[in-house]
Amino acid sequence: MGHRTTLYPQHVQAGARFVDFAGWEMPVHYGSLVQEHHTVRGHAGAFDVSHMTVVDIRGLEAGRFLSRVLANDVRRVGPRKAIYSAMLNAEGGILDDLIVYPLNDEYRMVVNCATRNKDLAWLREQLAGDQCTIDARDDLSIVAVQGPQAISACLKAFPVAHHEVLENLKVFEGTPSGTWYIARTGYTGEQGVEVIVPNEEVVDLWQELNTMGVQPIGLGARDTLRLEAGLNLYGSDMDESVTPFESNMAWTVVLEDREFIGRQALTEQLARGVQRNLVGLVMDGKGVMRAGYPVFCDDRPVGSVTSGAFSPTLSKSIALARLSDTRGQMCVGIRGRKLNVEVVRPPFVKNGKQVFKPAISS
Amino acid sequence: MAEYPDDLRFLASHEWARLEEDGLVTVGISDFAQEELGDVVFVELPELDAELAARSEAGVVESVKAASDIYAPVSGTVVAINEALEDAPETVNDSPYDDGWFFRISPTDPAELDGLLSAEDYRRHCEEESH
Repeated sequence: MGHRTTLYPQHVQAGARFVDFAGWEMPVHYGSLVQEHHTVRGHAGAFDVSHMTVVDIRGLEAGRFLSRVLANDVRRVGPRKAIYSAMLNAEGGILDDLIVYPLNDEYRMVVNCATRNKDLAWLREQLAGDQCTIDARDDLSIVAVQGPQAISACLKAFPVAHHEVLENLKVFEGTPSGTWYIARTGYTGEQGVEVIVPNEEVVDLWQELNTMGVQPIGLGARDTLRLEAGLNLYGSDMDESVTPFESNMAWTVVLEDREFIGRQALTEQLARGVQRNLVGLVMDGKGVMRAGYPVFCDDRPVGSVTSGAFSPTLSKSIALARLSDTRGQMCVGIRGRKLNVEVVRPPFVKNGKQVFKPAISS
Repeated sequence: MAEYPDDLRFLASHEWARLEEDGLVTVGISDFAQEELGDVVFVELPELDAELAARSEAGVVESVKAASDIYAPVSGTVVAINEALEDAPETVNDSPYDDGWFFRISPTDPAELDGLLSAEDYRRHCEEESH
């Protein structure tokens, strides 16, 4: 039997169908993935993402440590701003992607569940006398509430003590609030919050959200929502074999003013020239692009799809693909046939609306 | 709970076959299969007049999450396809055994149906698969 989150009994009660996700028994949907997807785009939904790992980095030199192990620079952002970053190996390969939240003068990271043990071992290996501690917080659960009505629903569902914090947080800010941590982050391209709460408080929070009409949403819709939002999934869209520059993550890399693990390799890659990048694909024809399908530019193979699905919002297939050339007629091979696709710059959907634009060929 | 109608025969790969009064065999995917696949968004059907061998690939059903091949339960000629699935693929989820049928075959040898799983054997197969 796999790991279960504290909310497992609530998922069973809500009729969830479960899937094994990196050793965790997680709800994939509660009836219909597509209906859950539309609920988040049109109203609000709640996700149990407690399988992800919360890691606190505390101590006087926490900032110094993180600025050495992350490709983005935690010291360049304001006091309440969260940042998205890759953690790299010495070759510039992506060990994981994560969000770092400010925790007074210290930090809280949320890393992927499949990479938990690898990340913790790596972080501890990199502690070169820095005065800080690394703690995986298995006593905490994470609930994401996402959708155009997410904030107003949370103001109804959260205890009054948290209202002022919630009302004053701007997008991508996070801050502690009593025993909770509240952040205006998410993985859907909608307004919303992610709330980190003690395990013993999460059932009450979940039930209060349900009472206020916020439906539970499974990992299936989480995947189609994040793909529409053009957000990468670790293990599918990037891994240790690629750098941030090959993963549409150049905006998360700060090369200036410091040394960090992987910096040398990235600088060398820039000097040589980056040979491929992660782009968006949209297909108007009938069919669905899936991970691994080959992509062609004027009939030459130029890479493959890393994530693909049917987009419930756009009613057509969308994908992310890592490609070496997009200057020509683009096709995706689906079971031996080649179907035309358009290269776009993600995101595909933001705040419920189609937003993609044709990529500028370079 | 998934339904397993007694008058149907099944393949372990989740297609059903029904011998109609006119001697044709109607083919679709089972209730269990549509539940496993989730929301169906696209169905690729065989061509009319195509000659299919039993257990050969006859089409593809795509849900939001996965693509799955469809196999012909018996040998024969495709004499009808369910064109309504083109615009309303979700019918496969709503009505897997009736409005959500895929195609009809004029069978070469109707006795091939006897080699397929009974509803009871198929139900047992699905219960094992989901554990």
